[in-house]
Amino acid sequence: MSSDGAGRPERREEVEERADRRLRRRYASERAFRTAGLVAIAFSLSALGALLGSIVLDATGALTVHSVRLELDLDPAQLDPYGDRSPDSLASGNAAAVLRSGLASEFPEVTGRSEKRALGELLSVGASYDLLDRIVAEPELLGSRLEFRALLSDDADLALRGETEEGVDEADRKLSGAQQAWLASLSERGRIENHWNLRFLTTGDSRDPEIAGVQGAIRGSFLTLIVTLLLSFPLGVAAAIYLEEFAPRNRLTDLIEVNINNLAAVPSIVFGLLGLAVFLNVFGLPRSAPLVGGMVLGLMTLPTVIIAARAALSAVPPSIREAALGVGASPTQAVLHHVVPQALPGILTGTIIGMARALGETAPLLMIGMVAFIVDLPTGPTDPSTVLPVQIYLWAEAPERAFAARTAAAILVLLGFLVTMNSVAVWVRRRFESRV
Amino acid sequence: MKVKMQTRGLDVFYGEKQALQSVDLEIHANEVTALIGPSGCGKSTYLRCLNRMNDVVPGCRVSGDVTLDGRDIYDSKLDVVKLRARVGMVFQKPNPFPKSIYENVAYGPRIHGIARTKSDLDELVRQSLRKAGLLEEVESRLDESGTSLSGGQQQRLCIARAIAVSPEVILMDEPCSALDPIATARVEELIDELREQFTIVIVTHSMQQAARVSQRTAFFHLGSLVEVGETGKIFTNPAEKRTQDYITGRFG
Repeated sequence: MSSDGAGRPERREEVEERADRRLRRRYASERAFRTAGLVAIAFSLSALGALLGSIVLDATGALTVHSVRLELDLDPAQLDPYGDRSPDSLASGNAAAVLRSGLASEFPEVTGRSEKRALGELLSVGASYDLLDRIVAEPELLGSRLEFRALLSDDADLALRGETEEGVDEADRKLSGAQQAWLASLSERGRIENHWNLRFLTTGDSRDPEIAGVQGAIRGSFLTLIVTLLLSFPLGVAAAIYLEEFAPRNRLTDLIEVNINNLAAVPSIVFGLLGLAVFLNVFGLPRSAPLVGGMVLGLMTLPTVIIAARAALSAVPPSIREAALGVGASPTQAVLHHVVPQALPGILTGTIIGMARALGETAPLLMIGMVAFIVDLPTGPTDPSTVLPVQIYLWAEAPERAFAARTAAAILVLLGFLVTMNSVAVWVRRRFESRV
Repeated sequence: MKVKMQTRGLDVFYGEKQALQSVDLEIHANEVTALIGPSGCGKSTYLRCLNRMNDVVPGCRVSGDVTLDGRDIYDSKLDVVKLRARVGMVFQKPNPFPKSIYENVAYGPRIHGIARTKSDLDELVRQSLRKAGLLEEVESRLDESGTSLSGGQQQRLCIARAIAVSPEVILMDEPCSALDPIATARVEELIDELREQFTIVIVTHSMQQAARVSQRTAFFHLGSLVEVGETGKIFTNPAEKRTQDYITGRFG
């Protein structure tokens, strides 16, 4: 080696030096790349955390509500106007008057008419509904004294949460100084209770935030999604199977494929317009109905289902088809007995993700009138109803301050459903894959 | 010697490309016929013509006569499903259905309505597995997945699946190319046993295998049949120079 000449060892060192430098640069760029990735993930996580955190924080105002415990004289003259204790009679009783006098008895110093009215305004209309329900369920209570938990109005609830109205003119305040003083007095006497707002999950919409609930929207969403599923799953899977397994490859099928891909990218409001023009105006189907909403969302979801199902079908190895054909199965048997079961996890995952997208959709439903204010809980797909995202939209626009918390809570409910559906998708995929 | 299947003037095209030209070949009953030749010579294409598996290949065109017991199998009156029940197939890569061992074997008889009762079907499944030399190894776990078996066992399961519909001819497309030597030996033994009951056509890349298992050998080259004859004669004293060159390893 040493006899090779004076020039060579030097040159080799140079080469090694260069290689080292390049290696160091390579490691440096690798580290930089990894750091950039970590920064991106950290940024998305903190953005997500901030978003969720602010929603959860906002929603706390709707998780609990305040009530006042009152001693009520259940006067039969007020609560049983026909005097026969029939459900009809009990249901038309003047519960509000009983509640008002119960509250007034706590403040004997309040005598004026307008003052008494102001005192009564602290109670929610929901308290009357609760009392009527209680009396209808237990008529034997009539004539006795009852300790009753009466729901407070949204403004009283907000005041008890410490949301003061400083900076607002005395005349424009939701609660007058006297009302605030009464609340403080009740609170001092330990009459105020803060309890879970179960009503939020069990009732429909209302003009009064303290008794508004998402049950109507949940049912509406559920009915809508059932219609969507019944429409898009069978049609989508059948179309995918035909296109993937049986259709000849020619201009026409290419055209169909391009169009399906385009449809998947069409803005959802266009489907809403289609629903308005065709389902409502031509076929005369009912407005605001989950049936029509589900049909519109079904059309919207169809391309997603077709694309997902085709991808799942084409991922099944061709050897399975050959094996089935080789023992004499007809092409249909080969597909239905072997290819589709293999592709099912992928098809179901695609469908559930499409359904989750449909669940969060607002725009097309506005077009077909599902944006109406609906108090009654829907019981069938043709009853007028609303859906969760539209309910959120409606509450976000409502002027009452207490609706802000309801909006956030409804968002949490919607997110809960979305997370559940996506977890089901993951579970379905694991379940079917482990079986194979 | 009885002729089971026969092709005359068989041409096959994939689109513009001609894969087989004018192949005349007789398959004798209860014999193993080996098809040998270099890659791309058309031997697999030929095999797939015998039960019309080429029908499902897009752009594939077949002309000429292929007969089974003297009847044209490309006749439009002949049902391809029935044909494939009579001419079964075992593929290069073991391809059991991702179902239980029992279901793998029972599938064919079930779709053809061969077994009348559940106990008939049970018996048929066990018999097929026994004939495929697999019963002893899997008897206690018939409800386990077919894909959980080893490669050699999977291939024998595929053979059991093929013979469960009692075909007359079994086509094998390089059945041992994905198997190790021990599994290969088992399958070769099996082929020899099956010959008594079935007519077998086997495509193989291994000339030793062709020499071991077959009675007749056909040598394909560039889409045509070069030579066919008794296996002993082909391997010791071929008539054609190209055959001689191939079996001595000069090309291919």
